[in-house]
Amino acid sequence: MAQSLDRLRESPSQTAGPYVHIGLTPNFCGIGGVYPSDLGAAMVNDKTKGERIKLHIRVLDGTGTPLKDALIEIWQADAEGLYNSPAELRGAADPNFSGWGRCPTDMETGLCAFETVKPGRVPFRDGSLMAPHITLWIVARGINIGLHTRLYFSDEEEANAGDPILARIEHRVRVPTLIAARQGDTYVFDVHLQGEKETVFFDS
Amino acid sequence: MPESGSNRVPETGAFFQRDRTWHPPALTPGYKSSVLRSPRKALLSFDNTLSEISGPVFGHAMLGELDNDLIHNFARPGESAVGERIIVNGRVIDERGVGVPGVLLEFWQANAGGRYRHKKDGYLAPLDPNFGGCGRTLSGEDGGYAFRTVKPGPYPWPNGPNDWRPAHIHFSVFGHGFAQRLITQMYFEGDPLIWKCPIVRGIADKAAIEALTAVLDTQATIPMDALAYKFDIVLRGRRSSLFENRLEGN
Repeated sequence: MAQSLDRLRESPSQTAGPYVHIGLTPNFCGIGGVYPSDLGAAMVNDKTKGERIKLHIRVLDGTGTPLKDALIEIWQADAEGLYNSPAELRGAADPNFSGWGRCPTDMETGLCAFETVKPGRVPFRDGSLMAPHITLWIVARGINIGLHTRLYFSDEEEANAGDPILARIEHRVRVPTLIAARQGDTYVFDVHLQGEKETVFFDS
Repeated sequence: MPESGSNRVPETGAFFQRDRTWHPPALTPGYKSSVLRSPRKALLSFDNTLSEISGPVFGHAMLGELDNDLIHNFARPGESAVGERIIVNGRVIDERGVGVPGVLLEFWQANAGGRYRHKKDGYLAPLDPNFGGCGRTLSGEDGGYAFRTVKPGPYPWPNGPNDWRPAHIHFSVFGHGFAQRLITQMYFEGDPLIWKCPIVRGIADKAAIEALTAVLDTQATIPMDALAYKFDIVLRGRRSSLFENRLEGN
């Protein structure tokens, strides 16, 4: 027998289940007094630099029905394209911008509403710039492992056309599933888990 | 650069690829709600960019004194939650065996009778007025963490006509990069319901199920107070830095 590689295996994922709110947004589901506020509820404050935008995101199942028990986390660069993370080596991100947000889908409408800023461009591995984008991570009952995708912006056509990740999508008809539509200061984005309009999900 | 919760120099390499034969697949028909909530098309693969390598950090300032004590963090003054008092402890490590310091862990669970404090839970077992069911903590410099709670009860759920979840605690873990983000469930050694559960059985490999099963840890018990279970969490490991002299990392 050859030697073993002596590496561990990642802990396997399990669904977040229907009561994910208890742990991740307890105030949202009526468990008050434990945490002062739900983590990730506010990404910006009065001093945050950049263009204020809203994201209206829904997650739809294979019949087109919105999920009312999902939870979305987003992760993005600040307006200058810098991440508020120790792994960001190019400079200091806006201290008034967390870059990370968390929102459960509304129990009646299925809507997630984020208030954030439009991200600047971040370099790809070869140093070229990716189009402005926001990373999404979606968990819910019935989702065994968190789904990873990106939200790009409809008013960034030129940048989107040169984006190296969008360029990897062989079936060009699927590219629009990653592009949120601008309506005033709001970007509207529907994530389709399954079916004809199925969103492109990533393994990265 | 934000406070990282650790003195270690941040790593910036890409993460090892995920073994998606080890994780449960998206579609596990025995777990019925996965049928309409699983993508049917293949995932788009690419090596991590900075968007996946970076991730948020959380400082100690956000934590309250009782955040890691579910026996008391919802209880009325002088009272405590009902149930089998336990300590859950372990380490957050990566696939290289290295401790992952300064990361946020969040937990949630049902009470000792299997009832969740959530308006969508209609199970007839009663709520415990002294139990909320949520907690959180940050891993220490060696990746160690611990919290105190009561052992959750099993509960029935509308999947098959007579399906019961094993006793479990939900875990949400951040790593140092958003690509390490993980939600999972911890089960308890010796529970016969583990092997009947359609959610557990979405995992194909018995060894992977065992990796989610906490073991009774008598050394960590507090005599005359609480039993203990040990549960280690393994996050994706990572290659050496993207930004050093090799553009592609190794």
